[in-house]
Amino acid sequence: MTVMTREQTEALIQEVLEVYPEQAKKDRSKHLAVNDPSLEKSNKCITSNKKSLPGVMTIRGCAYAGSKGVVWGPIKDMIHISHGPVGCGQYSRAGRRNYYVGTTGINTYGTMNFTSDFQEKDIVFGGDKKLDKLISEIDLLFPLNKGITIQSECPIGLIGDDIEAIAKKKGKELSKPVVPVRCEGFRGVSQSLGHHIANDAVRDWVLGARDEDNSFQTTPYDVAVIGDYNIGGDAWASRTLLEEMGLRVVAQWSGDGTIAEMELTPKVKLNLLHCYRSMNYISRHMEEKYGIPWVEYNFFGPTKIAESLRKIASYFDDSIKAGAERVIAKYTAEMEPVIAKYRPRLEGKRVMLYVGGLRPRHTIGAYEDLGMEVIGAGYEFGHNDDYDRTMKEMGDATLLYDDVTGYEFEEFVKKMKPDLIGSGIKEKYIFQKMGIPFRQMHSWDYSGPYHGYDGFAIFARDMDMTLNNPCWNKMNAPWKKSEAGEQKAAVSAA
Amino acid sequence: MPSVMLRKNEDGQITFYVAKKDLEETIVSLEFDTPTKWGGDIELSDGSKYYIEPCEEPKYPVTVRFKRERV
Repeated sequence: MTVMTREQTEALIQEVLEVYPEQAKKDRSKHLAVNDPSLEKSNKCITSNKKSLPGVMTIRGCAYAGSKGVVWGPIKDMIHISHGPVGCGQYSRAGRRNYYVGTTGINTYGTMNFTSDFQEKDIVFGGDKKLDKLISEIDLLFPLNKGITIQSECPIGLIGDDIEAIAKKKGKELSKPVVPVRCEGFRGVSQSLGHHIANDAVRDWVLGARDEDNSFQTTPYDVAVIGDYNIGGDAWASRTLLEEMGLRVVAQWSGDGTIAEMELTPKVKLNLLHCYRSMNYISRHMEEKYGIPWVEYNFFGPTKIAESLRKIASYFDDSIKAGAERVIAKYTAEMEPVIAKYRPRLEGKRVMLYVGGLRPRHTIGAYEDLGMEVIGAGYEFGHNDDYDRTMKEMGDATLLYDDVTGYEFEEFVKKMKPDLIGSGIKEKYIFQKMGIPFRQMHSWDYSGPYHGYDGFAIFARDMDMTLNNPCWNKMNAPWKKSEAGEQKAAVSAA
Repeated sequence: MPSVMLRKNEDGQITFYVAKKDLEETIVSLEFDTPTKWGGDIELSDGSKYYIEPCEEPKYPVTVRFKRERV
C-alpha cells in the first residue's frame, strides 16, 4: 500500500472504532489521531494519560511497576523490598535486562527479589513490625548493601501502614538511607505516576544527602546521565561517547547506578536527560534547587547522535565542542559501511511502533537512517508533552494511537500492513503468528545495546535479521500453495 | 491553588508547568512585568487565566503558587 492520505487515515480510525458501543467509541476516538506536524500542541488532537477503558485490552502497568521496576530497581547497590504480598516482586523479578557490574547477592542485588510476603495476619494486624524485622535481617544477611528502599504494593496503602516512620527509625539504626516509596499500584492510571512518585522519593530522601559536604572534587566537565536504564548495556554505549568527547560522567540514573552516584548528582554541571517521561521531574527539581540545567538528548541512529552530541557540547567550552566533532567524525566513518550494508536491504520498509516512554519518538531517527519509515506510533503511558515532541518527528498524516487496545492495534496492522512492528512481549506472538516481522522494543529482543554508535550497528543488524528472515515466506503449508508469487501473500493472508 | 514551576525556555519565554495537571504552556501576557512589581493576572498560551499576588520578579526556575481564575 502506498502512503496513506489524511482522509484515508481518518477513515481507517472511524472504521476501527465502529465496533465499540457509543460511549466507548467516544472515549477511544480521543486517543487516536492523524498526525499534523505543524501543530505546536498535541492536546488539540490527541488525549493521553487518561484511565484505560474497562473491558478493553491495555498493556499498561501500575505505579509499583513504574517505581520498583523502572526508576529504583536498577540501582544496584541498594536492596529494594517489595513490601506486600509476594507476587508483585516475584513476577517482575529480573525481567528488565538492566545490566550491571557486580556480584549479585554480595555487593549488588539487581536481579534478586526481596519481599515482606504479606499474609492474612499482616493485613489484619499491620505489617510494620514485620518490616522492621525484615530490614534488620536484610542488613545482617547482606552487610554490603548501601541502602534499602521500601516499595509499597497495593495493600500497604489500603491498610495504612506507616512505612515512613519505620524508614526513619531504621535509617537511624543502620545509619544507611532507608527510603519509603508510596508507589501503591492503584495510584494513577499507569506506571507513569510511579515514575513521578519515585522521583519525589529521590528528591525527598536522597538528593540532599551531601548538600553540606564539599569534599567531592568537581571538574567543569561533570555531567550526569539521567533516564538511561542500561537495557542490554545502553548506558555503557552512551557513556563511552560522552567520555570520549572529554566529559566526565559522574552519575548514571539509574541503569548500573549506585546510591553514591545519585547523591553526587547535585554537584554536576549539566544533567543529560534521555528518558524524559520518567525522569523529567527530578531534572526540573535539580534545575530549581541547584541551578543545574538539563538537556534532552537522543542516542538512536547516527543523525540524532551527532545532533545530540553537538547540543550537549554547546553547554561547554571549545575543547568539548572540538571533542564532539572528533567523536562524530570518527564514528561517522565507522557507520558508513554499516549503513551501506543494511540500507539497501531495508530501504522503504514501513514500521509501526507502540512502546513506552521515549522510544516511539527516539527511534524514528534510527529507522530513517536505514531508509525506513515510521507510519504509526503510540505510547503506553505517554503524556501530552511526549506527543508534543512526537508530532514533530513523525510524517504528515501518519497514525498516532495512545494506550492502544489489543483490538485496535491488530486492526490497524491488518489495514496498514507495515513491514515491521516494534512493540513488547505481549504483542510479539500475536503479530508473529499473523506473519509480520516483529521486534521487541522494550527489551531489544534480548539483544542490544541500541544506544550510541556501537548500538546502531547492532540495531541495523537486528532489524535486517528480523525483516529479511527467510521464515516469513513459510507461513503457509507447502501443499496449500497454489500459484507463484504466493510467498509474498503471507503477510496479507493474516 | 496549583503549585507551578516557572522556567525560561530556549526562546526566552516563561513556561508554566503544573506536573499534576500535565500542563506545560508558555505565559503570553502578564499584568505587571517589571522587576519590582511582577505578576497579577496572567494568561497562558492555551487561553487559561491564573492570578498571583504582585511581587518581585522571581529568579527562574522557581515553584510558586498561583490561583486559578474562573472564566
